[in-house]
Amino acid sequence: MPPLPVPTAQDGPHAPDGSEEYETRHVHQVYEHIASHFSATRFKPWPIVERFLNDRPTGSVGLDIGCGNGKYLTVNPNIYMVGSDRRSSNLVRIAHDRKIQDSFVADALDLPHPNTRFDFAISIAVIHHFSSPERRVEAVRRILATLKRPNAAGENGGQALIYVWALEQKSSRRGWSEGDPQDVFVPWVMGKQYMASPASNEPTGTSSCQEDKEQQETPKEVTYQRYYHLYRKSELNDDVVKAGGVVIESGYERDNWWVICSPSGGNPAA
Amino acid sequence: MKILTTNYLACAVKTCKSEPAAFPLHFKDAELAREELELNPEFIKNVLPRIDWPALAQTAAELGFTTLPSQKPENLDEQTMKDLHTLLMETQVMEGKLVCGNCGYEYNIKEGIANFLLPNHLV
Ligand SMILES: [Zn+2]
Repeated sequence: MPPLPVPTAQDGPHAPDGSEEYETRHVHQVYEHIASHFSATRFKPWPIVERFLNDRPTGSVGLDIGCGNGKYLTVNPNIYMVGSDRRSSNLVRIAHDRKIQDSFVADALDLPHPNTRFDFAISIAVIHHFSSPERRVEAVRRILATLKRPNAAGENGGQALIYVWALEQKSSRRGWSEGDPQDVFVPWVMGKQYMASPASNEPTGTSSCQEDKEQQETPKEVTYQRYYHLYRKSELNDDVVKAGGVVIESGYERDNWWVICSPSGGNPAA
Repeated sequence: MKILTTNYLACAVKTCKSEPAAFPLHFKDAELAREELELNPEFIKNVLPRIDWPALAQTAAELGFTTLPSQKPENLDEQTMKDLHTLLMETQVMEGKLVCGNCGYEYNIKEGIANFLLPNHLV
């Protein structure tokens, strides 16, 4: 696949302007490039996610919003999951090969689902790619809107597990900690062996990329930059409340903040 | 695109969300394929109460499955269980379109993968 005009290490970082175009350039187009390499590094489910999925009763129907290569779709064979992703149609194609579940291309802010039908949802390492506080809260609100509402006693509502990258990860090789900037570019060094890989049946209308005319003769390593918002402690929980949800459980796992939440009773969140 | 999934799909356009005509979406020029999968009786039994039956009956009729009972079955005999498994889990729409009955927007399905991204003027 030829290099496309997406941000690479040569480009300086640009401050997020909170627009969808910004995310297209600094998130979606990058994933479209790195899909096969990215997928090859994403095979082991995180323990919290695995536990959440295995806790769902048989016959539960849920969503994986931002399913990437679909590694979570097969954790529990007794539930049904519908995966969607808009970052990369190449990733969705990898997810779709996982037979027993289903997946398609959709935007997390324009999900093609009726409200209040789902037993559960997961959104793992996705909403940290939204580039304004409003869009991040809106993403949570849209996830909550798909879930079954709790009964009058506040029970049996659908549950969502949301997972985002933490600002506080002093022990990671990136070394970020409290007080550091929260809007960052994170490099992805694309290995040579993935450069020529074809995952390129350019699917229906998902990418506005144009091929770079100055395509290099021999592929070499390329560094791509992805935009991330790093969440500080309690920020994700606050966003859930702003989105009209209730936090059931939350915590920190390996450089990430996570929350299990539910819609609150009363009026639908959307 | 599995038929069980279509029971959980509505138009992605915001103004369609609360319109009854935006659910279920309607198939157009659908090409079907069947892939055999192992039957999971517990799963079928538990997923049945979750299904919107009138929507499923409509989708099934549009795709030419005429044997589906018009009411949600109370008890699952072996044959009904198998039929449901075939329809919900094994049948796939490989090519075609899903059309919103409210706004008329058509979502493409190619090689089994639907695309629900909206053009800018509909976002
Ligand atoms: Zn519509």
